[in-house]
Amino acid sequence: MRKLEESGLTKEEIIEAYRHVLLGRRLDERLWQLTRIGKTSFNISGQGHEVGQVAMAMAFQPEKDYFLPYYRDMTACMVWGMTAKDIMLGSLGKEDDPSSHGRQMPNHYGSKEHNIVSHSSTVSTQFPLATGVAYGAQLKKADYVTLTATGEGSANQGEVQEAMNFAGVKNLPLIFVIENNGYAISVGTDEQYANETMAERGPAYGFPGKRVNGNDFVETYLAFKEVVDNARNGGGPALIELMVTRLTSHSADDDHSVYRTKEDIDNLKKNDGLLFFEKQLIDEGYLTREQMTDIDSELKKQINQATDEAEAMPEPTADTILDQIYAEK
Amino acid sequence: MAMMTYLEAIRKGIQEEMARDENVVIFGEDVGGVKGGVFGVTKGLAEEFGDDRCFNTPLTEGQIGGLAVGLGLVGFRAIGEFQFADYILPAVNQLISEASRMRYRTKGDWIAPIVYRAPYGGGVRGGLYHSQSTEKVLFGQPGLRIVTPSSPYDAKGLIKAAIRSDDPVLFYEHKRLYRLLKEDVTDEDYVVPLDKANVVREGEDITVIGYGMVLNHALKAAETLSKEGYEAEVVDVRSLYPLDKETLVKAARKTGKVLLVTEDNLEGSIMSEISAIIAEEALFDLDAPIKRLAGPDSPSMPYSIALEREFLVDEEKVTNAMRELAEF
Repeated sequence: MRKLEESGLTKEEIIEAYRHVLLGRRLDERLWQLTRIGKTSFNISGQGHEVGQVAMAMAFQPEKDYFLPYYRDMTACMVWGMTAKDIMLGSLGKEDDPSSHGRQMPNHYGSKEHNIVSHSSTVSTQFPLATGVAYGAQLKKADYVTLTATGEGSANQGEVQEAMNFAGVKNLPLIFVIENNGYAISVGTDEQYANETMAERGPAYGFPGKRVNGNDFVETYLAFKEVVDNARNGGGPALIELMVTRLTSHSADDDHSVYRTKEDIDNLKKNDGLLFFEKQLIDEGYLTREQMTDIDSELKKQINQATDEAEAMPEPTADTILDQIYAEK
Repeated sequence: MAMMTYLEAIRKGIQEEMARDENVVIFGEDVGGVKGGVFGVTKGLAEEFGDDRCFNTPLTEGQIGGLAVGLGLVGFRAIGEFQFADYILPAVNQLISEASRMRYRTKGDWIAPIVYRAPYGGGVRGGLYHSQSTEKVLFGQPGLRIVTPSSPYDAKGLIKAAIRSDDPVLFYEHKRLYRLLKEDVTDEDYVVPLDKANVVREGEDITVIGYGMVLNHALKAAETLSKEGYEAEVVDVRSLYPLDKETLVKAARKTGKVLLVTEDNLEGSIMSEISAIIAEEALFDLDAPIKRLAGPDSPSMPYSIALEREFLVDEEKVTNAMRELAEF
């Protein structure tokens, strides 16, 4: 693991990063609880992706950069500007849900205010869209960079190859991320791709590709910082393969004990980026265990408040079902 | 006024909108450079507006579909060309899952103002994959508009309206009409509405509803029947989706005898839906069963001349069907 000070980030920024990581974990735990008791119908989890996602997102400038996420990117979306309440409004299907105003399933993130583009459920359709957003920067001569993400299973879709090919041809300011957690629902990587790494696909389309340990905050942050700065300066696209762990089942409708052995499931905890990050923060003198406990309590309060506030918000009314299909009714 | 073909009218409409709004961009396979499209619709646009605004894409239709959505998200008005309407199939996921639903799934926070252009239709010896009427594949996808012009005047006005619209519009251009039709088109800046059918000929005896090549057959057939003493009301559907139900039902009620003509297959075409609408809304005003004239239910149009002729609805078939209905 690379030392936190090598990131070039301030102590405050690193503690802020930890707050984002822990908020992502605790909020996801709350969403599982709400699913189990029937208050929401579904959850799909990014547990085990949080450290990598926070390090990734911090290398961007969310006030102007665009993000086209996929369904495990809740934590990254919150670094980009969404709040715990925004997420909760979406999971509860409320009118004020900024992602879809109660029209999409949970975990389909979007926010016009924060430059986070809404996505579908047919995986990786966001990749061609990201090329359009990025080509827009070239047309406008604007210096924003676009980020789009998907999983290692979804990365086999044809639209991913089409988009990466186009990005190479046009040298777009666009960063592609494949969050590789080793499982596409129940199917392992040996049945998904034959290459050694997914990162190799970058050079195949004429731009760099790099595999990065998403449990290593500094390695991830610096890898992204390099390609984001390069893209912003006209250096073109890059692919990052972010190696992460899927700590949970694929979704609330899946049971990973069917296809993962007990030993495999027990071993997952040894690859939890949150634990690596916490150990590093303590060992390198950024936070004490007591301070972490305080942050945890504070975040739980924040999540309780977000849950209560979101639950109290109204549902969309039935008479709005035909609203906003076309520009003019 | 200037005499122009259907193809030239589309090009003129695009050229005027690109000159009017710098956010209009156009792209597709062979669209940029000196070639300007396999049919030449975009010829000259790269030279006039630059290679950034009129450009070639790799041979990737899904990418063309999604690139247009992405540009729409950041304020551009993208025109994506599919070289043939047959080749739209690899992009159907982008058109349905992304373009058609962006507005609805964000309740208007994000929109996709796009025109997807696609040459469609048979009678060009195009065989199974250069002849199809694939509009039925995208028909019935709320959020998406499908329009097709059947005259040069409409071609220019409709493409301009499609470019200015904040909705994704699938703009079908009939390949046979590109150079077949020629008329005086005003130089004035006008648009043709995207949601209105058009009564192109008035008559009291029968109502013929169609679009594209077969509509032009129907107009000629109407003149033949006029000499025989029957006057046909001819309606250009023009807005294929959503349909202009009001105009279609009114025209059906007017004569009580309805012939629906399409060069698509008989079953599952847009005419099937129009038939259902007329049956629901105007059954008791009808004096004859609703009649459909269409291609047979073979998978598209075969290449051989004999088979292609067998598939196609031509002027003679339309004339006969109209006469039969008039005499009913």
